[in-house]
Amino acid sequence: MAWTWFHRLGSPPYLYGLAARLTPWFAWSAALCIFAGTYGGLFLAPADYQQGDDFRIIYVHAPSAWMSLMVYTTMAVSAAVGLIWRIKVSHAVAAACAPIGASFTLVALVTGSLWGYRMWGTYWEWDPRLTSELILFFLYLGYMGLRSSIDDTQRADRASAVLAVVGVVNVPIIHFSVTWWNSLHQAPSVMQLAAPTMPASMLIPLLLMFLGFTLMFAALLLVRLQAEILTRERTANWMREAVAS
Amino acid sequence: MSEFLHMGGYAAYVWPAYGLTLAVIVWNIVYARRLLSRSREEARRRLAMRGEEA
Repeated sequence: MAWTWFHRLGSPPYLYGLAARLTPWFAWSAALCIFAGTYGGLFLAPADYQQGDDFRIIYVHAPSAWMSLMVYTTMAVSAAVGLIWRIKVSHAVAAACAPIGASFTLVALVTGSLWGYRMWGTYWEWDPRLTSELILFFLYLGYMGLRSSIDDTQRADRASAVLAVVGVVNVPIIHFSVTWWNSLHQAPSVMQLAAPTMPASMLIPLLLMFLGFTLMFAALLLVRLQAEILTRERTANWMREAVAS
Repeated sequence: MSEFLHMGGYAAYVWPAYGLTLAVIVWNIVYARRLLSRSREEARRRLAMRGEEA
């Protein structure tokens, strides 16, 4: 039936094997996109006519910010699936997401601050976009703190899943903050319904970076997921073959 | 080359931004791999202990 693939994904041995097989594909295509994107962003793209070379921070800032939101959404959706259908590997996916998301939220905040200093004259402002992104960082930290404070895995899964699901309201707030309120932060120039407002030599490296970071997230998640599954399965017999060196 | 490193006067902002991003990517890769190899070792140890009991 159409649903069998979904049920198979819920099986730890199947998912472990799938993750192990897929990881190199995602990792190498991510590396390729990120190398090409960085090269294009630093060498091929022209300096911005208003911001000069400072605008090149966009090639690390925007994809990191995109990661911060995409990873959180992935985490919240898997946490919700885990809560509703009681699928254990779903909680494992959510738990594997958090450190990746937190680290790239930090990158988005710091690179944004470095960019903002010359453009706005300040490293930090309690601006809607900046503040909501900082809240996202604390949501990740809260999620990880809550997990590590509960010894029982099942209880940790459920409690942290509730936090992840409630916190997801912040995601659209971050995304729309620059259009809903007066913000220092510029409006989106790529993630918009109309055509992007950038020449191709600037845009293509940026799109490569978005793609590369997304693929990198998939690779990192698959590696962490394998570790999560092994820890959660304790002494399941299928693991004998999987961990045989 | 020095003109490139100079980044039109924005070197002090552009390069730290790229440096931090690279550092976080490397940390993510190293940490995830270490996590997996450690959990494989621990699983192997648990399985060996259970094997002896049985």
